[in-house]
This record gives sequence, C-alpha cells and structure tokens, in this order.
Amino acid sequence: MAKDGFETLKLVGTRPNRPDGLDKVTGRARYGADFSLPGMLWGAVVRSPHAHARIVKIDATKAEALDGVKAVITRADFPTGLTGEDWNLQENTMAGEKALYDGHAVAAVAATSKLLAEQAARLIEVTYEVLPHVIDVDAAMAEGAPVIRAGAADATVPEGLHPNVVRYMEFGRGDVDAGFAEADLVMERTYKTEATHQGYIEPHACVSKMGADGKGEMWVCTQGHWYIRKMSAAVLGIEASQLRVTPTEIGGGFGGKTTIFMEPLSLALSKKAGGRPVKIVMSRSEVLRATGPTASASMDVKIGMTKDGKITAARAEFRMQGGAFPGAPVDMALYCCFAGYKLANVHHVGYDVLANRPKCAAYRAPGSPNGAFAVESLVDEMCRKLGLDPVEVRLKNGVTTGDRASYGPKFGSIGLTEVLEAVKAHPQLQAPLGENQGRGFAVGYWFNHNGETSVSMAIGEDGTAQVSVGTPDIGGSRASIALMVAETLGIPYEDVGVNVVETGALGVNEPTHGSRATFASGKAAVEATQAAIKEMCRRAAAEWDIDDEAVEWVNGAAQPAGPNAGKFPPMSIKEIAGKMGQTGGPISGHHESVPDGVGASFGAHVVDLEVDPETGRVTILRYLVVQDAGRAIHPSYVEGQYQGGAAQGIGWALNEEYVYDDKGRLSNTVFLDYRVPVASDLPMIDTVIVEVPNPGHPFGVRGVGETGITPPLPAIANAIHDAVGVRMTHLPINPPKLLAALKAR
Amino acid sequence: MRYHSPTDFASASALAAGASGVTRFLSGGTDVLVQMRAGMVLPDDLIDLKKIPGVSDITQTAGGGWRIGVAVPGIVLGAHEGLKADWPGVVEGMNLVGSTQVQGRATLTGNLCNGSPAADSVPGLVAAGAVVEITGPTGVRTVAVEAIPAGPGKTTLAKGELISAIVLPARGDNAGDAYLRFIPRTEMDIAVVGCAVSLRLSGDTITEARVALGAVAPTVLLVSAAADAIIGTTLDDAALDALAAAASAAANPITDKRGTKEFRVEIAGVLAKRAAKIAFARAKGETA
Amino acid sequence: MTKVHVTTTVNGDTVEFLADPRETLLDCLRDHMGLTGSKEGCGTGDCGACSVELDGTLVCSCLVLGVEAEGKTVSTIEGMANGSELHPLQRKFIEHAALQCGFCTPGILVAARKLLEVNPDPTEEETRYWLAGNLCRCTGYDKIIRAVLDAAAEMRQEVA
Repeated sequence: MAKDGFETLKLVGTRPNRPDGLDKVTGRARYGADFSLPGMLWGAVVRSPHAHARIVKIDATKAEALDGVKAVITRADFPTGLTGEDWNLQENTMAGEKALYDGHAVAAVAATSKLLAEQAARLIEVTYEVLPHVIDVDAAMAEGAPVIRAGAADATVPEGLHPNVVRYMEFGRGDVDAGFAEADLVMERTYKTEATHQGYIEPHACVSKMGADGKGEMWVCTQGHWYIRKMSAAVLGIEASQLRVTPTEIGGGFGGKTTIFMEPLSLALSKKAGGRPVKIVMSRSEVLRATGPTASASMDVKIGMTKDGKITAARAEFRMQGGAFPGAPVDMALYCCFAGYKLANVHHVGYDVLANRPKCAAYRAPGSPNGAFAVESLVDEMCRKLGLDPVEVRLKNGVTTGDRASYGPKFGSIGLTEVLEAVKAHPQLQAPLGENQGRGFAVGYWFNHNGETSVSMAIGEDGTAQVSVGTPDIGGSRASIALMVAETLGIPYEDVGVNVVETGALGVNEPTHGSRATFASGKAAVEATQAAIKEMCRRAAAEWDIDDEAVEWVNGAAQPAGPNAGKFPPMSIKEIAGKMGQTGGPISGHHESVPDGVGASFGAHVVDLEVDPETGRVTILRYLVVQDAGRAIHPSYVEGQYQGGAAQGIGWALNEEYVYDDKGRLSNTVFLDYRVPVASDLPMIDTVIVEVPNPGHPFGVRGVGETGITPPLPAIANAIHDAVGVRMTHLPINPPKLLAALKAR
Repeated sequence: MRYHSPTDFASASALAAGASGVTRFLSGGTDVLVQMRAGMVLPDDLIDLKKIPGVSDITQTAGGGWRIGVAVPGIVLGAHEGLKADWPGVVEGMNLVGSTQVQGRATLTGNLCNGSPAADSVPGLVAAGAVVEITGPTGVRTVAVEAIPAGPGKTTLAKGELISAIVLPARGDNAGDAYLRFIPRTEMDIAVVGCAVSLRLSGDTITEARVALGAVAPTVLLVSAAADAIIGTTLDDAALDALAAAASAAANPITDKRGTKEFRVEIAGVLAKRAAKIAFARAKGETA
Repeated sequence: MTKVHVTTTVNGDTVEFLADPRETLLDCLRDHMGLTGSKEGCGTGDCGACSVELDGTLVCSCLVLGVEAEGKTVSTIEGMANGSELHPLQRKFIEHAALQCGFCTPGILVAARKLLEVNPDPTEEETRYWLAGNLCRCTGYDKIIRAVLDAAAEMRQEVA
C-alpha cells in the first residue's frame, strides 16, 4: 500500500453499517451480566463503610448458617507473599489488615440466588477499629496527615516528604529561570481538579468457574481479557495459563475496565463452592464506591510569555492522589500538559500521593485533562492580558513534525498546525455572542499506544475472510478492522467478519486502551492479511507454473505481475479459496508484534456557552471538536469518539465530582447525584476530522479515542471567563462555586 | 417480604396497623423500590394500593376543586387538561420528578409521603392550599399538605394511617400558580432549591398569595412573610426584591452534596422572584 | 421466602413465572424469562437502560416489581422488530452510528419508539428532554438525536 495512495481507496473512509449493529439494536448482544451457566451461584461482596479502619474481626457464622449459602471468602482465602503491583491488586480486590477506603471489599459470599447472596452479605459481621482518614491530595501530603501505608514509597521519593508521597519525578530541559527572565509577562497559578468516574453504563459483571484442579474459566465484560487473566492469576497465586477468559460484549469502559475488581473473588468463591460457576454483578453504588475513579489533582503552573506571544519558559508542579495505592497518572499529566508547545526551557515536578479513596483506574487520556486544565487556562489568561489571539499564540508556539516534545522524544508526523488552521476557518468563531455568553478555546493531546498485539485471519472456502482479534470492540473497531482487511484483500466489506476471541485463541493482546485498537489490531490485521495474500499468490503461481514473485494481488485477485510474467486471466479470491483444499489446504494469515509507528493526536475545541448570572448555571450553546485522526477509517465512529470525549469533558468541567462527607464516605453513589451529562444538557457536537496521515500505519491511522476528553475542561473555564469575567481554577465549575465567584467579583 | 394488594383503604390500613415489622405502602414505587434496592429499607410487608378502585382517577369535587387518586402517575397528571388549566404549578412540579420513565410510575402522594424536603411536587401543593384525606384505624381525617412532612424521610402519619386522596381547592378567577426548581443539570437531579407561588389578582394588584419553598429546611416551608411581601402590590421591582429577601430569610438550609447553604439561601430568593412572575402572568391569562 | 405465581403477556406471548416479591420486573425479565435485552445500569431509575412499556406506559422495569406485572402487557426491546424487519429506529441507529458500546441502546430505542408514538414530529429539544432519563456515556447523544429525528421523518413519510 503506497503511503500517499489514499485517493485510490474504495472502502477505507466510507461509513458502512457495523457488523455487530443488528445484535445491539435487537437486545441480542450479550454483555457481562447477560451470561449465565447451569448450576450457577450468585456472589455478593461485603464492603467497608469506613474510609480507613483496621479490620478486627470478620464473623460469617450467621451467613454460613443460611440455607443456600455455598461459600464465604475473606483475605484469608488468598495467598500471601505477593509484592509490588500484584500485592496492590490483591489488596484492592480484597482488604487485608485494613480497609483503605469506603467501599473496599472485605468479604464475599456465594449463594443460590442473588437475593440470598445479598442477604448473606448483610449478615456477615465485620468489627472495625476506625482510623483517621485523609481524602484531599494536599491534605494527604501535609505534615500530620494519617499514614495510609508506611513504606509504600519507592526510591524516587526524596527524604523528608510525608510517607503518603509514594512516587516523585522531576524532569525538563533548558534554564527556566533564564527563560522567565526573558518574558514580558510571567504568571503563576494553582489549579485543582476533583476526581471523576468513567461512568460506563454497564456495571462490572463476570461469571467464573474454577475446579479443584485449579483450572478456571471466566466470561467477563472487559477491555482486555489477557490483563484480566494475568491479574486474576497473580492475585490467586496461580499461573495465568490456568485461566481461560472470554470477553463478552462490553458496555463502555473508558479505561475503567482494564483492571480487576471482583473477578478474582468470583474465581475464589467458585473454587470454594466446589467448582460451581459464580456470577457477580456490581450495583451502580459498588461501581462508584469501589471501581476506577480518576485521580484528583492540585497543580501549580508558571509560564513566561513575551508581549508578542512567544512562550519563553514553563514550569509545572503537579500533585495527584490516585487512591490508597501508587499509580496516580501524574507522569502522564506532566508529559501531556505542555506537549502542544515548542519549549526551550521547561521543567516538570510530580508527586504521586496516597489518600483514602479507591485505587484509581485509567480514564480516557489519564492525567492529560487535569494538566490541560491548568496549562490551557493559564495560557488563555496570559493571551487576554497581552491582548493576543489564543489560536494565534498556539500556532506561534505550536509543535510541528520533528520538534522535540516537552517531555523528551521527537515528534513524528503530527497535525497540530493543521488542526489550528481548521479551527480558524470554522464558522463557529464568527457566531455572534450575546450578554453573559462567552467563547472558550483550548488544545489537548494524547499519545497513541502500541502494545502487544496478536491477530489471525483465515480465508473461507467461499472467498470471505474471518479475522480474530484480541481487542474488545467498545466503539466500532470491528467495523474499522473489517474495512481495512476488505480494502487490503479487495473484497466487499460484508465479506469480512471480525471476531473478538478468547485468551486461548491468540497470543497475548493488550486491552483496547491507549487509543490503540484500530491502530494496533488494525495494523496487525493488515499484516496478517498480507501474509494470506502472499499465500494466495503462491497458489496461483503454482497453478500457472510461474515464479511466486511474478504474481501480484489486484482487486481481489491474483494476476501475473506484468507482460513478461505470463498470460493468464486473473484468479479471484473465490476461485483460489474454492479449491484451496486441493492446492495445499487452508489459507490463513497471522501477525504478532508490538507494532511500531504510533501516531499521536492533537485536538482543539471551541465552546460557546451562557452563564445565568443569578444562579451560576452554565448552558452549553455550541460545541466544536477539531482533531487529527491521521486517517478516519470509519468516519462516523471517529466522530463518535470526538463527541463522546467532549461530552465526558463537559461533565468533568461542570458537574461531575466525587463528593465525600466528613467521615470520608462517598456521598454521591448513584447516578442521581453523580451528575453525568444527560441528553438535554448538550447541544449537537460539531466535528472536523483533520487528516494528517500517520506514516507508521498502512492506512495512516492515529489513535483518536482519548484526546477528545482533554480540551473541554480548560475550554469551558476559558469560555466562562469570556462570558462573565471570572477565572475559575477549581473544577468542577458547578453553580454554587461559580455564583460565589460572581458575587466576589 | 409479604406482598399485599388490598382492594379498599380500610383493609390497607388494617394490614399496616396489624403488621409487626417494617411496612411500606406501594403506589408508584419509584422511591420504595430504590430504597429496597439499596438495602436501606427491607420491608416485611409491602402493601400495593393500586388494586383499590378509584386510585387512578382524577375527579372534580362538588366545590370545583380536584380530587387526585393516590396512584395517578405524573404522566396522567400532565395530560389532564382541566387540572393543568387550574393548577399548572402543581402539575409542573410533579412533572419535574425524574425522567419520562419515572413519570410513568411516580405519584403525588408518593412524592409527599417519601418525606423529602426536596420533593418537587410538594411546594406546589402547599402553595395551592391542597389537603389530604387520611384513612386510618379510627376513620378518615383531612389535613393540610404542609402538615404531612415531619423531616427528611419522616411524615406525621401514624401507624396504620395512609393517604387515600389529595384534594386541591377550586382555583377561582384571576389566579395563577407556578413552580420552579434549581438543578445543575437540565433534568434528572433532585432540587437544590424549589419554590412555588400561588396568587390571585384584582386588576393588577395581588390580593392573595401563598409561597412555598423546598430543599431549604427539614420540611417544605410555607413562607407567609414572602406572601405578605407581594400581597397588595403589582409585583413591581420593589415587591420582587422584598419577596426575594423574605424567601432568602426564611431559608434555613444545610450544605450537602447538592449545594451549599449560602447558595441555597441566595437561590431561594431568585426562584421566588421568577416563580412569582410566572404565576402573575398566568393569573393575568398570559401564557408563561 | 414465598414466591408468587405471575401470569403476564410479554411481547405478545403469555408467560408465567414465579417471582420473589422483592424481585423487580427487570430481574424477572432477565433471570426468569431469559430476556436480557433490557439492561440494569443503575437499579434506581436514573439511567433508563431497563426501559420497557407496561400496559403501554414507558417505565423503568427496575422500578416495577415482577408481581406487579400480573395480568398486564409488557413490551421489551426483544419485541421491537417485526420478525426480521427492523423498526425504523433500529435501522437508523445502525445507519447513523448512534451506538458505540450499545449497552444503553435497547432502553433508548424503547423510549424513542414511545416518543414517536405520542409525538411523530418532535423537535430536537423535545427529543433531548424525552430521552433525558436515558444515559449514554459513549456518544455525547449527537448521533442518537439525529437517528431519532431521521427515523421520525421516515415514519411520517410512510404514513403520508
């Protein structure tokens, strides 16, 4: 495939119906909780009502006495001696000596019905010794804060910091002090973002069985079943090879379904219950209390700018808590926050801090939205102060292909300039604004991850193709992979099936995360298809009795590569496939690698909004997403990623947050109070797909899934400033906060 | 849990009076089922009222008012042209409860008996001067709606007592009502503050008014000082400011996950002004 | 716990099941009848993924007890297509890419069908408010709203 030959594409870039659409509009698609097995038991989990407490005693006598209760497990049922992240995972899935957050699992039960399991869970009596707790990141690293786990800090942490600081980082280049000295305007501000939840509508669910032979099987809604296998095995102290994990359809993940929660509990319960399958389906409250929230952040940013808009130096110091375990994405936040700017002098400092909250999980561009809120807010403020156009300032300082990123490596092909030019050309920038209305703009960035990838494809006897991938389809990746394979083979889109297969069917695949499914599985699928094409050419060559190299593949058929190769009519894929049993047997292709050539994606958003000055309520009037997709394989699903990311970012900016009471208990544990945007909160979300092809992918794909959540946070804060003149530095900008700021003006 | 579906209120009352454990009445179920799901309330006896004849009816009373059955869901209330013409504020309060789906089940009586200070339908009923008929072990009594809530999750109903109907008075001429709530989203939130205003005009002058506030105290408040601030006025700017000041002064809220105390106090005044303007326009026969 | 025998009509078929009175209609559809198209996203009436019609009224099946279905008619996502012929909404949802993960889709389709029954020509705003109780976390709603409005337009032409 010629890298610049996209104009000849027949299928890539079209918008066919997704292959799994029919099952998903008829209710037939099977998600995590839809799967059942004969003889199945139901599991329920007992969770700590305390933010921080020593577990003195667990008495399950009353639960075990109930007719129909088949197994009760506590941490005593798990192996000891785990270390590092394996220990973290085990500790998070089942508390040991201490409950570390409200909602932390302390015991689990399996019984013959869901209601019985819930009743039994209520009868398990846990005696706690409540300990002092800490929730806020700044409070958690302040002198005197309760120590969540002594000795958790790694070697990066300098002497003298609070034991809750478990990771420290510092990196940069140039001389920031000299850079600030060159500036006409130097500003420094502190920003805060609150923790949010991924908010997938499908609660976590799995069915597991594990016999006395120690072999287990699981059906689970997940972004990555090899991760589930590896992590569950580690927690249970067995080899990953002893588990077979099959992914169901997945009802949203956004990063939150790349790790384990109740999965090892269901395996342990099944084993204890004599191998009967055990199903665990979380309630929404369990999802909010005990699964994947994001980190919260406290961030200092300092920037120097000349009066014509050149950034001379930049410094960021971010403090993030990611719950009671190491892993807040402070590194990612720092890498991304200045990524859009060409900087000679830049310095980053980061602290990863423990607090009494659930272990944070990935959420769409983890860390990047937090950092963008801080940096893009400050750049906007400085542009206004200097009377400069915020888009022009981004263009002036913006990175282009070959520039060294703020965090170190050189950028390959990137499309920030093209994105900014597309913003300038968009009519929304000319739309008139009324009283109390404002317009905000911001840029966002996310990488494109490669990851271990294994794909197989097989040619059917009728000349169709079946592709086996290991990356669950969350948002239409079956369609985009089928398009790329069909394009490569030169056959109709409908003739390609894409199946997400279980852990026994392929080599290891990383999850659908890091904006990688269409990039990595897509690239591997094309490579696998090329292998099958090579074999089909070989079969034709054998029949024609010419050299393999003298055959080329054009429009779904083998043909002699030129006039000297011989004179034979093209041999179609259907013809080759129809007789493959006689010409050497099945034809298939396989590819496995950690694909190189990832293509990072920049985006820019423009939001128009109105503030009710009497109540502080914000209404989004218009919204524009412009982002570089490299090449949109199925543009509808690229637009969908842009729109979905924007909606989540709008929620984070305005109303979503984890609210804790004074005892450290999560107050908003249902969707009534964890306020994700509803349909009537949003306008249509306009999209512009910029296409600066990624040369590292056969069709030019960049990962597009994550960047879109990043710009809304600062864009909305900037628009609010434009509308009513107040600079909001603490998310979410909910009505009480904004009204208080308006009254303080 | 035992599930009962009696066919008259006396039997329902007797069941509740004779029960020894946790008892709940079920009409729409949009609160009871949520509490059961969360394990907050695990009833021993659940008494479904929907098999009682008449509970799904809206009928006009002899005096020109309206009698609303305990199982009339929001969607039916919202589709009743006569009721909407008389008491648009009551109907719009009920129709703000939950989603389209929740409107298919949720009832005025349930919203009242759930005892939430933030119940969207209650300020409208209080401003309207609605009363409830209560069936109990000793017979039937009638009390004002504002006498039912006793604090978050609590009512003044005694053991064995249940509401058997809500009765709205006749609307009369030159009158209008309105309900507004503040929520951070456009839908699906519990009111951070709610305010209902009902008033009557003589010409352009307000002759009667009732103002009720929700979510700013342990129970819905009937604020006579706020009503006094606009009675005798033409709802000019001075009257509106006085109304807002009285509403804010009456508010005695807490800070919680849904809003701060300061915010609620401020918004009580803002909503009172806005609701009063709508009620005024309705009383004048203008569409608002 | 004594179970209750319930007879009801689901998607035109008479069905009988034994319900624990604490079980919701959603539990009964999913666990007793094998109709797993209706989803539980919250169990509190806040997400709409379990939307069904009960005697023609749009409800959250998580807010109805199974025993309350006695003698009533229930229609779920599984009954939306006419045999192998998709309802226009189902077709338009696929064409417009109005689903990503697809988990909220059954509830939204059931709710949207009711909207077009009571209001064949809804505005964008009316559609957004009608569907406010159906949470979708993937799409930002844009393509869902477009699909509903497009299906409405097509259905109006068919009637005309």
